[in-house]
Amino acid sequence: MGGDAPHKYTGDLVNIERGRISREIFSARAVYDDELERIFPKSWLFIGHESQVPEPGDYILSRMAEESVIFNRDRRGKLHVMLNNCRHRGMRVCRADSGNARKFMCPFHAWTFSDEGALIGVPKLDTGYHNELDKSQWGLIEARVARYHGFVFACWDEETPDFETYLGDLRFYFDDYCELPDGTFGDWQAFGGIFKWKVPCNWKFGAENFAGDYYHNPSHASVDQVVLSPAGTKGRHTYDEVTRERELYKLNICVTPEGHTARGELFKDDYDYIPTYQDMAVVEDYFRECYTKRQERLGEKARWFGHGGTIFPNVSYSNGVQSMGTWHPSGPNETEIWRIFLAPKDAPVEVKNVLRHYVIRYQGPAGLTEQDDMENWGSAHLGAKGTIARRHDFHYGMGMGYEQKGWPVEWLGGEVHATEDVSEQNQRAYYARWAEMMDTPPDTRRHPVSVEAAE
Amino acid sequence: MDQSPDKALMDQILVRYRVEQFYTIEAELLDGRQFEAWLDLLADDIRYWMPVTRNRNFGEWDGEHTNEGEDLNWFDEGKFELEQRVKQIMTGIHWAEEPVSRTTHMFSNLQVIDESADTLLTRVRFLIYRNRNETETDFFVGKRHDKLRRIGEGFEVAAREIYLDQSVLQAKNLTIFF
Repeated sequence: MGGDAPHKYTGDLVNIERGRISREIFSARAVYDDELERIFPKSWLFIGHESQVPEPGDYILSRMAEESVIFNRDRRGKLHVMLNNCRHRGMRVCRADSGNARKFMCPFHAWTFSDEGALIGVPKLDTGYHNELDKSQWGLIEARVARYHGFVFACWDEETPDFETYLGDLRFYFDDYCELPDGTFGDWQAFGGIFKWKVPCNWKFGAENFAGDYYHNPSHASVDQVVLSPAGTKGRHTYDEVTRERELYKLNICVTPEGHTARGELFKDDYDYIPTYQDMAVVEDYFRECYTKRQERLGEKARWFGHGGTIFPNVSYSNGVQSMGTWHPSGPNETEIWRIFLAPKDAPVEVKNVLRHYVIRYQGPAGLTEQDDMENWGSAHLGAKGTIARRHDFHYGMGMGYEQKGWPVEWLGGEVHATEDVSEQNQRAYYARWAEMMDTPPDTRRHPVSVEAAE
Repeated sequence: MDQSPDKALMDQILVRYRVEQFYTIEAELLDGRQFEAWLDLLADDIRYWMPVTRNRNFGEWDGEHTNEGEDLNWFDEGKFELEQRVKQIMTGIHWAEEPVSRTTHMFSNLQVIDESADTLLTRVRFLIYRNRNETETDFFVGKRHDKLRRIGEGFEVAAREIYLDQSVLQAKNLTIFF
């Protein structure tokens, strides 16, 4: 495409009607630059979980697209998400990954900000600024914050609808993720530490993989031959053993036009708990009791067994391992993946240990499963870069025209689309949303100067 | 004098020599992709642990590494789990290691910091070079704290703590052994 940014994504680079998507959207710098302006500042982005900052003053560093943000709980208990960037010369005001602080001081000229982001200290305010600096206008740049069952999202744009509206019909599926194993909304506890690592691929490869790609199972054939399941049985998932016994639909669910996705299994009947952790009595008892309670509480809807999905644009939730994986863009050719894992706060320590051992061997750079995923994405990314290769679109047409609404049951959501087993319906929904946003130029870049001055 | 200074020194040198031989053979097995033979050097009850490293403020360095048995760790496992990793590579279809990596394991700065009749505590610095396919290249550099158990004239690794000097992992995966 030379040096010029394309002006039309929908129907051109992203041709959903024909099930074709240009490789340019993964490899072209101009596309990436548009994403940074048109996708990320207007979307709700995942920040972290409340349990990562439990006490007043606690903070962790998080990210919104390429930029560092402080996620903290101020001394009155309110959560903030603030750009980690001094208003004077832009140095990071917080440089530790986590801690507890009442204020953040920039090391450069010592401008100091409160835990609410207010500018509270300016050296030589009198002799340097002659007391003419209006400190109230120079606090840290703060994002809108949404708390959803303990999961925290933030957005820079005032015109983006509130988070629940933004989720749309994904609410049923994300609620299912947010529920504890017993089907209640209770407290999750993030394990200490965040997996952060770099993968040489565009950030969308991970997002679309987690959106619903049951088709890529062949790449996990090696892990299916060893023991990974927390139950100590062969295979990747606990439910591999369980679902073998059951009649079910394996479903891909997409929420349009929001572009969110889910995947999971819908049992065709109510089934009793299948013993899974026979060698671990405490764990077995815990999950058996949770299963029964969930059945009682949710009734027919307990037949939905979510596996995960992607919340547009760049966070994927995984049930079972209970992780949130964020695909932070780091240039067109690199993704920095951040992943946290959670366990039910009040679960017995034996349960937490089983979950923790399982998840860190499943996902992340040492994860037996995700290692092979990253191999796929890195290689697919190289395949999106070649001069000749880029002339030929990728095929996203699987299952096109076979999406169904209100199927197999109405309560999955009237407006969501579902397809069974393997399909690229979810990727099409994701990229349709992506293209729509990419076709909407940003209003103005600079703030708070006037439009005239900015131009 | 029960023991001459030379005798004490010779004993230390002998221990160092044996540990160095053990680590040299271990590296040879790993770099030679003899992973099953490498597993034989590990005790059945081995603890193999690599924490995640975090940037911390001055005075809070004790929180620099995530905790074993509690937090997220890059590795926190025993022999059974390591055996699964080897098995996965030996399927020949573990695509992250197919084609397999070329590795060179190096160690230096050996200290034997404690010694009893049964065990030794050692520390080394490690530098592992990995190259794969055409251009995939990684350097893994850090500290390794081992507990070695005496087996006859040799050893087995009873515990291994691996401190990788990176907060954001610069490699796309951890498919290699440390």
